[in-house]
Formats: sequence, C-alpha cells, structure tokens
Amino acid sequence: MSSAKQSPWLALTAFLVYFFLYAPIIVLIVFSFNASRTNIVFEGVVNQGPCGPFYWYCELFKNRNVIEATRNTLIIAFTSTVVSTIIGTMAALALQRYDFFGKKTSETALYFPIVTPEIVMGIGILVLFSAVFGWINTALALAPGQRLTMGLGTVIVSHIAFSIPFVTLVVRARLHGFDNRLEEAAMDLGANEFTTFRKVTLPLIAPGVLAGAMLAFTLSLDDFIITFFTTGPGATTLPIYVYGLLRRIVTPEVNALSTIWILVVLTVVGISQWFQTRK
Amino acid sequence: MANLAVELRNVWKRFPGPGGEVVTAVKNVSLQIADGEFFALLGPSGCGKTTSLRMIAGFELPSEGEVFIHGRAMGKTPPYQRPVNTVFQSYALFPHMTIGENVAFGLQMKGVARQEIQRRVGEALEMVRLAGYERRKPKQLSGGQQQRIALARALVNRPEVLLLDEPLGALDLKLRKEMQLELKKLQREVGITFVFVTHDQEEALTMSDRIAVMEGGVALQVGSANDIYEHPNCRFVADFIGDTNFLEGVIAQVDSNKAQVEMMGGVSVWAHTPQRVHVGQSVTVTVRPEKMHIRSTATDVNQVTGLVTDIVYIGTDTHYGILLDGGQAIRVREQNYSAESRLLAREGETVSVRFAIEAARVLTE
Repeated sequence: MSSAKQSPWLALTAFLVYFFLYAPIIVLIVFSFNASRTNIVFEGVVNQGPCGPFYWYCELFKNRNVIEATRNTLIIAFTSTVVSTIIGTMAALALQRYDFFGKKTSETALYFPIVTPEIVMGIGILVLFSAVFGWINTALALAPGQRLTMGLGTVIVSHIAFSIPFVTLVVRARLHGFDNRLEEAAMDLGANEFTTFRKVTLPLIAPGVLAGAMLAFTLSLDDFIITFFTTGPGATTLPIYVYGLLRRIVTPEVNALSTIWILVVLTVVGISQWFQTRK
Repeated sequence: MANLAVELRNVWKRFPGPGGEVVTAVKNVSLQIADGEFFALLGPSGCGKTTSLRMIAGFELPSEGEVFIHGRAMGKTPPYQRPVNTVFQSYALFPHMTIGENVAFGLQMKGVARQEIQRRVGEALEMVRLAGYERRKPKQLSGGQQQRIALARALVNRPEVLLLDEPLGALDLKLRKEMQLELKKLQREVGITFVFVTHDQEEALTMSDRIAVMEGGVALQVGSANDIYEHPNCRFVADFIGDTNFLEGVIAQVDSNKAQVEMMGGVSVWAHTPQRVHVGQSVTVTVRPEKMHIRSTATDVNQVTGLVTDIVYIGTDTHYGILLDGGQAIRVREQNYSAESRLLAREGETVSVRFAIEAARVLTE
C-alpha cells in the first residue's frame, strides 16, 4: 500500500458503504434489548423477569412455534447439506476427471440455477410439485389422508436442488490443479477405487468439500423465497415464521431471534472461510 | 528368451482426439523384456513410450493386443492387482502423509502386519540412504530426496517389475548423473526387472541393458546400447542416438552384404548392408563422425575428398565440417591425442577423408 494522501471522498464512501451494511444489524441487535414492546423507540434496556436484559430471548425460548420452526429449519438444513454435498462433490469430480458427450452443456446447465432469479425457481418448483402430486393423487385415487402434499419433504428436495451447483462450484475450485497421478500412485500401490478415494482423494479435497457443505448449510438456513413456495402445513421454517410475525406486531422477540441467527450464520461462514483458505 | 518378465504382443492403443478423430499412440508394438533386465523405452515426446509403460502398469488398456507379466495375460486387470509398481515423473508422493506413511502405503494395502511394515519401511529408506526421514512431509524434502522416496515407496512392495516414467527428468544435470549410476547399482542389488521411459538417449545408453527406440507409436529397433549405436536399422534411430552423417546415393554394385553406393559428383563409397538391396535403389549411407579420419594413413577402402568449411575445437575433440565434392556436407570428429592432432587441416583446405566399410552402413528407410 502506498502512503500517498488519499482522497477524503474515498474514506467517506468507504465509511458510508460499511455504515449502510452494518448499521441495520447493529440497530437490530440493540433493539433486541429494548424495554418497549414496539420496535420504534428505544426506551432503555429491558430488565424484566429472571433473564434481565435477555428478557426477549427467554420469551423466545418459551414460544413453541419458534422451537418448532427452529427444528424444521435445522432438519431441512442438515439433510439438504449432507445430500447436496455428496451429489455436488461427485459432480465436481466427474466434471474434473472425465470427458464425455455433452460435458459443456451439463456444466452450463448445472450453474444456470445460480443466476436464475430465485422467484422463478420457486414458482417453477411449486408448479412442478403440484402438477406431479396432483397427477399421482388422481391416478392412485388416494384418500385425503394419504395424498401427497407440500411439506418438509418438498422443502428438503428443493433445497438440495439449489445447493448442488454451489457445492460443485466450490469443490471444483479446490480440484483445480489436483494431480491425478496421486490417484494413480495409490492404485499402483494396491488401493482399489474406493480406498483410493478414501485415503488419497477425499483427504486432499476435504477443505473444499467442507467449505461447500458450509455454504449449502447457510444457504438453506436463511432461504425464504424457495421455501415459501414449497412449504406446507407443519413445515414452517424460521424465515417463514419471522415473516409471519412481521405481519402482526414486531416485538423485540423478532430482534432476539434475528440476533441469534446472525451469530449462527457468522460462525458457519467463518468456519467455511477458514477451511477454504487453509492450504 | 528364457524367462520373460514383460511381454507386449501386437499392442495397439487408440485415443479419441480433441476434434473427435482417432489418435493412435501405439502401433502394433511387440516387446519382450527378460527377467532382471534394465530395459529402456527411448524416444522423443509423443512417441508412445509413456503410453506403453502405462499399459504395463494398467492405467491404460490396449485397444488391441495383450500385455503379459511373467507369462500371465493382464487383460483388464486393474493397476492395484498387477505385480508391478511405478515411479512417477513428478514422484506423486502423497502430500498429506509423512514419508513413513507414503512408503508404508503399499504394504498396508496388502495387509502386512504392522511390525513387518515398520521393519521393511526402515529397510527401504536405508536402501535409498534416507533412514530416519519417516516423520517428515514430502514438501520438506529436496527434489532428489523425493525422487528416492518415490523409489523406496515402489520397491518396498518387492514388485515383479518396476516401471519408471522419466524419473530423473526433474533433476538438475549433476544430480541426474549421480542418480543414473545409483539406479543402475540399485537394480543390480535388488535384481528386479526395471522398465524405464526416457527421452534422453545418453541416459538410456548409460543405464540400460537393452533399449527400444520408439517413434510415432512404433518400436523401430530393440537391442543393446552397442547394437543400436553401431547397427542402427533406420535413419531415425541412427539420427536419434548420437551424431551421424547421412550420404544420399544410388546402389551401383552389390557384393553379398556389401554394396557400392554412387553419389553426385562421382563420389562412391562401399558400405555394409544388412538388408537386401538391388542395383539402382536409392539409399542413405550413415557414418558416425568419429569413424571418419582426415589425412589417415590407414588403408581403408573408402576415400572421399572435400573442402574444410569450419573447425570447432571442444577440448577432447575437434570437429571438422567438410563439403564433399558431390555437394553433400559431413562432419568428422578427431580426438585430440596430442598437440599435433589438434589441427589436421585449416579452413578452406581440401582434404581426403577415409573410413572403413564396416563404419558405413546402408539404410533403406
């Protein structure tokens, strides 16, 4: 870095950028300790009940709907992360290793959903599920209790679908420059394909795979749009729940929930970054 | 040959090219490598030598033909079930494992007992003079040391055949010379068949018992270093191994395995001819520069005259560029025995050059 005098405008711009990025988050966290039930004026730090300033956090944990939404969110995030990481990693390995007919096309098709507006994906998935479910329900003449409906299952499937491209992208970055001779050396020394993958390939690409998994996890955790279109009764996730709360009254409970959430996502992203930069 | 370690029988290998065309990397190659032999596959890059080695290792399968190891047809046997081990050009040491773990890998795969593994890893490291390096990581070692670890990692498994893919390519010249001798010594000690791929003709001559010269996917000539240098069977081999002169001409007379070749400008030489030739056939005569002599008193049959165009003194030898009467250029190499022998001719001088019939060889292709 040069020590030459920098324009004050540059400093101001930088300040404003960071201000608008972080001010809302800071306000949100501060208001989670508000004594007022409304989110309009800060009336001092709440000190109520056994939890003191953390009153709204305690209220949150008493709320069964929040517990239920958290449980759903985590089930969806864990399942979709595990499945999309496995499929995404396999796709990355295949694209790295083999030349096959239609490779270029399948690669482009894989990354296309990343740039497609999420609302389009959401509506598309909704239409697809309703059409397929409707067709199956009619064809099998299922009784109302047995019918296929939107719920946890459909949310998980759609989350897996939108996470795969991201996992593949991250793992491929790690695979770039991977020395195929290492796998040949392992096979030459008597390791079959599976042992070679377990002992040589996976340990070497593990940082990329973990970073991909973390990315998939955070994407699933705070997804609203696609979840909104594919969820059903009993499958409310945290983002959907918060949206529901906002339509009634915004209590500092929402702020408390968001604060916890920010902490969780920050931790996951931090771990992911650490894995990705590690040599 | 009594006991064959490796045999390639009419092996072909075709790859799909980038533009959808078929690239033939190996064309009908048949090789027989004896047990305990140090065998080199020599040729320029893209000649099919590495592909041939990879077919022995099992990384590639022949499109046609068969690879045998100690008489057993390999068919589609995967690399991990073949009794061979490979030393890779880039060493391919596992970067996430220690040296000890690297060397132990093959034995672990075979399910050898822990104590036995420890003992054999120790022995193998001692053999390559790197005892006590077990706990280090490959990155902490120099290129030469990594190369020796790669060797230990392969040899510790006591393979029936050791395959080496340009293992000295990444080393500097001095280290390469050292390793050449060390490898050869090691091969004598362990008695394992070595199949060695190189593009360096000097390396092949130094180390191998026998050499296969490859070009364009074809094994042109197989023989000892002496055979290939003294009796090349085609122009490519004569040119690739060492320096040589080529003289173009037409057969004028044939006398059993000798032939008289007439060239432009009324020059004619007698040369040894291993192949059948007929009068009037266009051929090439090859003569090594060190087998031709200026102002020789020997009674060699062949004598040509020409103009000295340039003289290069390189210490042990002096090289003379000579333009023959017929217009063909040759190079003659004279050893500098004494101060007098250093300058046999001057630039612009006309000299006579003599060489024996046995030194000249007729090549038909």
